[in-house]
Parts: sequence; structure tokens; C-alpha cells
Amino acid sequence: MSQLHVHPDGSEDHGHPEHLGHHWNDSVQQFEAGKLGMWLFLATEVLLFGGLFCAYAVWRANHPEIFKYGSQFLSTTWGAINTGVLLTSSLTMAMAVTYAARGRMTAVVVCLLLTLMGAAGFMAIKYVEYSHKFHEGFYPGMSFYEEPHASELWLPLEETAAVVKAATLAGEEAGSVALAAEMKTRAELPTEPAEAQGWNKPAAGIGPAGLTTDQQNIDMAEMSVFLPPSVLGNLEDLDAELAYAEHHAADEPVVLPHPLQDPDRPVNAQKFFTIYFLMTGLHGIHVIGGAVVITWLLILTLRRRFGAKYYTPIDLGGLYWHIVDVIWIFLFPLFYLI
Amino acid sequence: MTVEGDDSMTTTESRPLDAPALEVDNYLTYTRGIRSWILTLDHKRIGVMYLISVLACFLLGGIFALLVRTQLVVPDGLIMSQDEYNQAFTIHGGVMVFLVIIPGIPAALGNFILPIMLGAKDVAFPRLNLFSYWLWVLGAIFLVSAIFGGLDTGWTFYTPYSIDQNSAMGGVIPAVTGAFLLGFASIFTGMNFIVTIHRLRPDGMTWFRMPLFLWSLYATAVIQVLATPVLGITLALLAVERAFGIGIFNPALGGDPVLYQHFFWFYSHPAVYIMVLPAMGVVSELIAVHSHRHIFGYAYIAWSSVAIAIFSFLVWGHHMFTSGQSPLMSVIFSFITFSVAIPSGIKVFNWLATMYKGAISWNTSMFYGMGFIVLFIIGGLTGLYLGVISVDVHLHDTYFIVAHFHYTMMGSSLIGFIGGLHHWWPKITGKMFNENAGRIAFMLFFVGYNMTFFTQFMLGSHGMPRRYATYPADAGFQTYHIISTIGSYIMAIGFFTMAGYFIASLFVGRKAAANPWGGRSLEWQCTSPPPHDNFSEQPAVGDCYDFSVLRWDDETNGYVWREDVAHPGHESEHTASS
Repeated sequence: MSQLHVHPDGSEDHGHPEHLGHHWNDSVQQFEAGKLGMWLFLATEVLLFGGLFCAYAVWRANHPEIFKYGSQFLSTTWGAINTGVLLTSSLTMAMAVTYAARGRMTAVVVCLLLTLMGAAGFMAIKYVEYSHKFHEGFYPGMSFYEEPHASELWLPLEETAAVVKAATLAGEEAGSVALAAEMKTRAELPTEPAEAQGWNKPAAGIGPAGLTTDQQNIDMAEMSVFLPPSVLGNLEDLDAELAYAEHHAADEPVVLPHPLQDPDRPVNAQKFFTIYFLMTGLHGIHVIGGAVVITWLLILTLRRRFGAKYYTPIDLGGLYWHIVDVIWIFLFPLFYLI
Repeated sequence: MTVEGDDSMTTTESRPLDAPALEVDNYLTYTRGIRSWILTLDHKRIGVMYLISVLACFLLGGIFALLVRTQLVVPDGLIMSQDEYNQAFTIHGGVMVFLVIIPGIPAALGNFILPIMLGAKDVAFPRLNLFSYWLWVLGAIFLVSAIFGGLDTGWTFYTPYSIDQNSAMGGVIPAVTGAFLLGFASIFTGMNFIVTIHRLRPDGMTWFRMPLFLWSLYATAVIQVLATPVLGITLALLAVERAFGIGIFNPALGGDPVLYQHFFWFYSHPAVYIMVLPAMGVVSELIAVHSHRHIFGYAYIAWSSVAIAIFSFLVWGHHMFTSGQSPLMSVIFSFITFSVAIPSGIKVFNWLATMYKGAISWNTSMFYGMGFIVLFIIGGLTGLYLGVISVDVHLHDTYFIVAHFHYTMMGSSLIGFIGGLHHWWPKITGKMFNENAGRIAFMLFFVGYNMTFFTQFMLGSHGMPRRYATYPADAGFQTYHIISTIGSYIMAIGFFTMAGYFIASLFVGRKAAANPWGGRSLEWQCTSPPPHDNFSEQPAVGDCYDFSVLRWDDETNGYVWREDVAHPGHESEHTASS
């Protein structure tokens, strides 16, 4: 146990290494306690993201079509590159820890720098992805949501009949003015769902020129002019394949219709982007936080604070960086691959 | 463990237990100046700063409580509009929950006592401890600033009201930011305590030799570390929803407002065990020491703390029986809620068995300990009533709930805090408070408390809803409300009396002995107040509930080791042969 000797002039004389706290018996005890503390902190990070993963799981279980639909709009290529970047930065971070344990501090500096470059690269790719999404109009929350217009709502004929019958049976005056007015309004509403679902279609219809009312009954053959049948989920229709091939070159990239112009967009499709931006945004904040920590470690290493005898902060910072990586390893398949 | 001997030691010699507290070399006088407090790494000073802050917030929350009670003496409301009343109970709840009860015992008493009781020189991460305190202060500033924003959502911030910019009046984002920061202060404290207990136990201090207060702080710390991050993400989502309309809780955007309730209560139910577990630990100490009798069923009490911590994560749905969750979910949560009462019951019976045939000292601390048992039984049993779904659907959001949680949060947690404050006051300040004043204040508190809250069980079961600023004049509620309000004023007088004699003790109180109450745990083996580094030599660990080795010493007004019993580590002090 180290003793603090206080000399009469107030100066202190530590009979132990500078990095060792007064309340520790030895460096090993301090190091192991530090590791335990960091693992506890990582547990809190897992629980922080856990709520969002829970929300993802519940929403996906209840509305799988939203996630199938939304994930088409993410770039798997960029996501995979990001995964590679982050995994490599985890490697360089682990290398930094190992070099520190061996006392090769120059190599530590190099590895920390490479890790920082990985973090920067990750955020740069995220910036590219996000700006592309915003440009396309994919915002969290209010993106591609349209308030249904009252005149576009319709009631099924059976319900109308039931209302009338109930009113008659209840002894209401069938000829009351209010009821007559209501029935007149209802009679004027479209009775067929297909015609009245205009709220999910823009008035301009599909494509820049817009379609007439006759053309609003889109069938697969016509849609395949714009989309390959496999994207539409139609794997067997050779006619549709030919129809697509007539209008598109073989190597032409598939352009998905914008959700605002897609009649088959699932209800509440914007939820996909809500949860996507929430989870990847929170992860991005943690990447930035980790980069700040690694920069601080780099500065301290350059100031010769660490060596083979004491490199605990590098070890603990490495643990944090690994969990940031692990969280991305979960996010990538959940959003980009499935 | 070896001690590096050095004959040139100056200020760190061991001192006999029965020596009076010196004017120099205690943690208060070790260094002076405001900077030495603001940047201190000494857990005792951090604990004192937390204590002052928590008590100040208790005053603030109490003022709002008196405002709430005053409003309800007449059916049409005496002093506030409905909007102002909404703000009053919101601030009362938010301040009390986040700034007083959750941090109270762990941060204020635990920070001070845990390392000394453990036999360590400090917590595992002193700088994290200091950071945690200033983070807490920042969070408190944000939360209290919500007063000026007109926060009126209730302390639970339920959606969709709290995310609607057009209805909730404001102050939501500062308040949830404050609670977020406070949550992280709580997490860091919990992390610190877990690592301290795992790694800084001295030789001989095995897990089952630790005082029960430390077991309870450990279980609390586990809950703090695992549950609080969920509150963090919930409040972050709420803030983002309110500011950016992100659509997670807003049904118009495809979100689910009940999802908020699940997230919120996933933290907030374990949180109530963060509130009550340390108080139960304090009561274990109070009952054993002031009955001068070995705690009964030590291992059962220790394991019950762990069991409560685990079970607490499985019952959050009992706050949501009326939220529209499926009946199957409700039944499962109800069943587990019944089982979480079992460990608490085990503790109560063990405390009673400890008191039986003990030599009870009628100290103020003991009154609070016994008061805890009475009020916790009422609070806990009414919790069981509320766990029954068919009863809860009638009593939910009535004053029955208000009474239940005040019996557990105030009648149990706060009483534990106040009892611990009295018990460890001599250790922290080196001064004794006036016992007669203490007993009078306790009586005022106890009578006032039951007048305030027992009537609320009646109110609730007769149908008075909670969070209502007015009520019908012909419902028969007014008499109960008047009694309740008068009770709250009596309680306030009790608390002001307490503040009076505590402050007076700092100036004119008798100097405290090292061991005024006759405790065996290690904090009673250093001087009152403790020296800067707690222990100059590693203290010897024995059975911390074996009081037979102590005797009262009139000279020092405290307990000392009996001369005819071997005192490990202090052989040189005893000249009498055994």
C-alpha cells in the first residue's frame, strides 16, 4: 500500500508510479478495475441502443412490408464499404492496444491515426448517404406523407345501408333534412375503392406527363415499362420481362419510382426512414464521440503519457471503439441486407 | 496485505479509537478554499456537496407540494388555475423523483459512507465521481429551468400530450435534457459503486462480511447501470419527436404513444427500486445498531436485495393495465408483481426478528427505522392491491395510487434517507444534534405524514382522480382534502424543525465520538469526522453486527472496544490482559 508523505512545507512525495491512484494497492488492481468499469459502461450503451432495436423488432414483426419496401432505397454498396471501413478501424485500434502493451509507441500513434481516418471515412460516407437521401426527399418523420383529403374518403355501400336501416328502425324521421343531406353527400362519393384511392396517387399520376383517369388502372404489364418484374415481385411473367426489356437497355440501372409516385407504397412507409435515421444517427453520434476519445488518446500518447507499464486508457478506448463497431455490424444487415 | 512502514510518517499515524476528534486532519479541514471543494476528488466532500444539493431540491419540491395541497382545500381550487396546477404537480414530481429520491441515498449518503464502510480509501473512479456530481448539477439546472418553460405534462411526460407543440405548454425539452443528464450522473455513480465493491474490498471483507447497506447499494447500482440507459434513449426520442416530428410516438405519423409508456416504465419501475433499496439497506443498519442486536437473517436480506433488483425489471407493465395492452400481458405482469413483494416481505420479518429481545435505544434514528417498517408495510401492501388487475382498473389514476407511491417513496425511501442522515450525522459533521428536538420533529413528521397520505387512500377509493385541480363539492372529498392539507403543513413544520436542529448542531452541537451509537461497521472505527484518507492503516474486518465487543464510555460519550476482548489490529492500545 502506498503512503502519502506530507512534508512540513506541504509538498507531497509519492512513493509509487505517477499513474497509480492513492486508493489502489497496485497497478494490476487499478487496471482490472478500469476494465470492469468500461465493460459496465458498454453494457449501458447496449441498453441505450436496445430500446431502438426493440422498436425495430416490434415494427418489423407487425409491418414487414414497410421494411421490405424501404430497404430498397438504401445503397447496399455504400453500407458494405462502411462496414469494411469500420471493421478495419477496429483492427487498427486493436493493433494500437497491442503495440502499446509492447511499448512501441510510434506504432501506437500510427495505428490511432489510421483508426481516426477510418472514423472520418465512415462519417464521410454517412454524409454522402444522408445528403443523397435528403435530396431525394427521404426525411425522417414527415417524408412522403400526405394528409388524405376529406372528399377522397369513401364509405362502403354496406355501411351506408346499415346506417339508413338503423336510423329507420330507431324511429328517426327518414325524411329529416340532415339525413337527406348526408345521404346525398354519400351518394355522390365514389363507390368503388379502386377509383377513389386517389389519395395514395398524386393527381399527376405516374410519370412526368401524367395519366388520364382511364390509365389509372395500372396493370403489371404497364408498370414493367418502368421497373423490372423481379423488383415488382413478379418473377414468372415473361411478357412483363419482355415489356421491360423493350424499353430499357440491358445495363441500365433500375430506377425505383419515388414513393410519392408509387401506387403500391405500403401505408406508413415513412416509418422505415424514421427508424433508419434514428438508429444510424445515434450510431453516428457515437462514432463522433469515439473519434473525440481517440484523438484525446493520440494527444496523450504524443505527450508520452503511456508506455508498456501503463496504457489503460488506450485499452479502454479500444473497448469502446469495438462496441461502436459491433453496433454497426448489427445495423448493417438489419437495414441494408434484409 | 503489507503496509509500507516508514518512520518518517507525519500526519498519518493511527489514533486510538476513543480519542476525541481533532481540529486538524479531518476531511473538512485537510485543504481549504472553494477550489479545493469544486475540484475535490475526495468522496466525502463529493457526498457532502450532493447532500446539500439534494436537500435544497427537497425544499423546492416541498414548496410545490404545499402549493398543490393548498390548492385542494376547497372544491373550486384555492390559489391556482388548472394550467398552473398542472405545472405545480409536474415540478413537484419531477424535482422530487429525479433530484431528491433517486440520487438521495446513493449519491449523498452512499458516496460518503460506502468507501469507509468497505474499508477503502476512496471509490474506484474518483474523477468520474466528481464529473458525475457536476453533471448532476447541470441536469438539475436544466430540469428546474422547466419551471419557467411552463412544463405541465406530469413528471411522466406521457405522449401524445408531451410531443404536441400546440398543447403542452413548453419546457419539455429542457426538462428531458435535464433528466437525461441526471440519468447519466446516476449511471456513473452506479458504475463507480459496482467496481468499488468488486475491487476495493480489503482483505477479510468477503461478500458475506459486508454490511447490508453495501449489499443494497450494490443491488441499486446494478439497477442504475442497466435501467437508466433506457430512460436515456426514451427521453432522447421524446425530445427528437417533439423537436423534429420524427414519428416514433405520434400516431399521425405512424408512431405509437403506448410505445412511449413501455419505454418509460421499463426504466421507471426499476427506478423505484433504486429509490427504496438503499433505504432498506439503511434500515438494516439502523435496526441492528440501535437494537444492539445482530441482524437476523443476514444472508436472506442480502439475497433479497439482489432478487428485488432482478425482479424489478420484469414488472413494468403493471403501470399500464389501463393502457390497452393485451390481457395476457397484463396477467403476466400482475403475477410477477405479486412475486416481487416476497423479498421485501422477507426483509420486514428479518428486521422485526432483529428487534425482538434487543436492547433498543430510542434514538431519533431508531424512530425513523421503525417508522420505515410501519409505513413500508402500508405502502407495500397497497402495492399488492394495485397489482390485482381488477382492482387497478378502478384505482388507476386516482388518489389511491398517489397515496401508495407516497407511502413507498416518501414513507419508505425518504424516511430511510432521513434516518440515515441522523445516524451518520455525527460521522459526517463531527457534531451531535439535539435528540429531544429530533424526536419532536419525528413525531410532527409522522403524524403529519399519515394525516396527509392515509386520507388519500380514502379519497382514491371513493373516486377522487389524481392531477385534478378541482373536484365536485358534493362528492364528500373536501373533508379528506382539508385533513390532508393540514397534515402537509404539520409535516413542513417537522422538516423545518429538523433543519433547525441540524444547522444548530453545526455551531453548538456536542463533539461527536468516533462511535456514538455503538456500530461495528468500519465507518465507526475512524474519527468523527473521518480523516482525509479514511484509514491510515488497513482496518481489521470482523462481524459487523456483533455488538457484544463494545461498551459505552462516559468520557467520550461513545462506544469503545471492551478491554477484555481482543481487538485485532489495535493490540497496543489494550494493557489489560484478557
